[in-house]
Amino acid sequence: MSVIYVLLTISIIVAVIFFTAFIVSVRSGQYDDSYTPSVRMLFEDELVAENSVTEQEQTKNTNPTK
Amino acid sequence: MNTTNCYHCGDDCAKTIIEFDEKNFCCNGCKTVYEIFSSNDLSYYYDLQAAAGATPKTVEGKYDFLDTTPIVERLTEFNDGDLQIVNLYVPHIHCSSCIWVLENLNKLNPYINNSQVDFPKKTVRVTYRVSDISLKDVAVLLAKIGYEPYISLDDYDTIKKGVDRSLIYKVGIAGFAFGNVMFLSFPEYFDLASSESSGGEFWLNKYQNVFRWLMFAFSLPVVFYAGKDYFISAFKGLKNNILNIDVPIALGISVLFIRSTLEISFNWGPGFFDSLTGLVFFLLLGKFFQQKTYSFLSFERDYKSYFPIAVTKILPNGKEETAQVYDIKRGDRLLIRNEELIPVDGILINGIARIDYSFVTGESEAVYKESGAKVFAGGKQMNSAIEIEVLKSVSQSYLTQLWSNSVFQKDTSNTFQTLTDSIGKRFTLSVLTIAFVATSYWLFFDSSKALNVFTAVLIIACPCAIALASPFTLGNMLRIFGRKKFYLKDTETIEQLAKVDTAIFDKTGTITTSKKSTAVYEGIALTLEEQLLLKNTLRISNHQLSRSLYNLLEEYNIVPLDEYKEHTGEGIEGTIRDQHMKIGSSSFTGNTETKNAENTSVHISSNNSYKGRFIFANTYRKGIAELFKDMSETFQLAILSGDNSGEKTTLEKLLPKLTPLYFNQKPKDKLEFIESLQNQDKKVLMVGDGLNDAGALAQANVGIAISENVNIFSPACDAILDATKFRELYQYILASKQAIKIIKLSFILSLLYNVVGLYFAVTGQLQPVIAAILMPLSSISVVAFATLMTNLLGRKLK
Repeated sequence: MSVIYVLLTISIIVAVIFFTAFIVSVRSGQYDDSYTPSVRMLFEDELVAENSVTEQEQTKNTNPTK
Repeated sequence: MNTTNCYHCGDDCAKTIIEFDEKNFCCNGCKTVYEIFSSNDLSYYYDLQAAAGATPKTVEGKYDFLDTTPIVERLTEFNDGDLQIVNLYVPHIHCSSCIWVLENLNKLNPYINNSQVDFPKKTVRVTYRVSDISLKDVAVLLAKIGYEPYISLDDYDTIKKGVDRSLIYKVGIAGFAFGNVMFLSFPEYFDLASSESSGGEFWLNKYQNVFRWLMFAFSLPVVFYAGKDYFISAFKGLKNNILNIDVPIALGISVLFIRSTLEISFNWGPGFFDSLTGLVFFLLLGKFFQQKTYSFLSFERDYKSYFPIAVTKILPNGKEETAQVYDIKRGDRLLIRNEELIPVDGILINGIARIDYSFVTGESEAVYKESGAKVFAGGKQMNSAIEIEVLKSVSQSYLTQLWSNSVFQKDTSNTFQTLTDSIGKRFTLSVLTIAFVATSYWLFFDSSKALNVFTAVLIIACPCAIALASPFTLGNMLRIFGRKKFYLKDTETIEQLAKVDTAIFDKTGTITTSKKSTAVYEGIALTLEEQLLLKNTLRISNHQLSRSLYNLLEEYNIVPLDEYKEHTGEGIEGTIRDQHMKIGSSSFTGNTETKNAENTSVHISSNNSYKGRFIFANTYRKGIAELFKDMSETFQLAILSGDNSGEKTTLEKLLPKLTPLYFNQKPKDKLEFIESLQNQDKKVLMVGDGLNDAGALAQANVGIAISENVNIFSPACDAILDATKFRELYQYILASKQAIKIIKLSFILSLLYNVVGLYFAVTGQLQPVIAAILMPLSSISVVAFATLMTNLLGRKLK
């Protein structure tokens, strides 16, 4: 069997993987709201700083059960 | 005088400043929200954006209906008895602070699992455990922090439907196939003239069939899934004897596919799979571009978007119960609280009604009603609670009856023939003629080439560029208008707008502003003391007219009153030393004359003798006279007003001579007026604002709703125009006409490409590579031309 078949198979598989990723992402509603995530990502830092106290408490609470 | 602005909502704390935590607040409500935020580590809210909040309104009892299980069932998106997910519309969402605080709701209430904001749609999706917190608690919590969720009858009625994403899938599939087919075509492109017999490249020839059948495989989903709409539309058109633009497209696609498949099956050539997938991809891209939706606007609203889901019913034994509005029957007694909407026509039984009919008529001034008077659905109670007895059910009420008119059932989208379709008809006929003439010529001279030529003509003439010209021109215009705060429902509206020759305007709220800002005094002149007393008495009152009159009067010293009294529905009284003054209705101040009672006025009497009155005049929008003057040159104009003729003389002065003015028009009259114009073959533009214009807006060829705040209110229409841009309306109409010209120029441009292509096709020399170059080239240049021209056009607009 010629190497061209292998190459074609690989190239199509890669293409199909990306295509499926696209379909899955549309399906999950990622493209429905294209604005809010851009704002939301800027909040992350402040949240962590403020959450640190409560997170510690939470981990304390969950530790005994582990 | 320097003003202090509220730390929470940014309003001017004019009257009373509440200081708390070294910050100024305009009212207790704002202060409370600040307290809630700061005590829950959420004061970062104020760092993100200064003064982003809204003053919370009193919500007591407002969300009681959310305790009713069937209503909760209908509103929630997901409900398994333990976990509930609800998507609430919160009109106040406007900045990053809003997103931040709403997505941190679980800090305010730990039982809320998750909340997610969709900013363009202004909604927040809240997930919570029912065992710990109910939907009502969530709504109350939101309202408490100034983010009042808006829940209307519409939410109850509409069955939640999934988002239609099929176009994105189709574009995705076509693009995916197009890219892959292009790659697979490369061997053919590089090795144009070779075949085994002529001793071409061995390697390419050996695997030729692998590449060709792979291309065939990729084109299958493109033809049968991505392109299926064109076949469906062409079939529908032919069934109705209409040759729309989709007919030549469907013909082109099928001929491309069949000829290509035959070519590779019998080893005649490589086929046109690259052109085929590219064609469908570009066409779908055009469709995608045309679809610009303003998710924060709705063009389909009817009264349901404004009506409550449930109201409080008073049972014969005096108990109160929440009742779904559709269950209200004649004879029921309802309790309407402050700020609540009256959902049905009824008779006032108890309490003093101050009803704001601005939803219905656009008139912002509230009317007073006493027990025994009739109240109509759509009014909003602005006073303490009232009791009414129901006369008619929801669907039979005065206002809602309008929606039973056939205008609202009719689907107008199919009746209008777009420019593209009308050109498509002629185009199809000429292409078919050329194809048959060329084929018969070749049959005569070289019959082996005849079939080749026939299919080649149909392939090259496939009106890809023509079909793209209109979506890109109009789609771009739609975006340009959107940036100018003129929001259109779809691209078809632009084509309709360009054809309009008659423009009808509503008066109240459309050509007038909803604010009253001028008042003329008429009567015995007031002394200085009287003026001082008047100003100081008005200062205390919260009545809408008092507030506007107060702002109009000159500044005087603030003097404390010795006595002040408010008579609901009548007026106010104030006393300083021996000076006594009554301000209010005509009868309250002891006025005996009744002339020109049509205009809104505030009467004054001093020491029990009648002095005179302030007459409020409608304030017309800026530039209205110029707009009408410009428009009267090319349009037939008319004013349709639901009001009385009190403003007739002012309007006659303002508008061009002989503009017809119609007063006392009921919603149904307006609709019929438009209809009668249309029967005279007029293309009518209706400009309105209230629900009372809804029928006329729907009936007109183009219905434009004027809105002072585009986020809140507009009846069903084709376009929404921000009130500040009212002056520019004529420019926008002219721009639409220009846009149509651009489309026509684009058609000419794409026809030039077709002539070149047809030359190759008719002479029987169409190579796949020529098709593959011509097709995208013509499409891209037409798209570029259309976009460039519309942008130039948009630059001139204000």
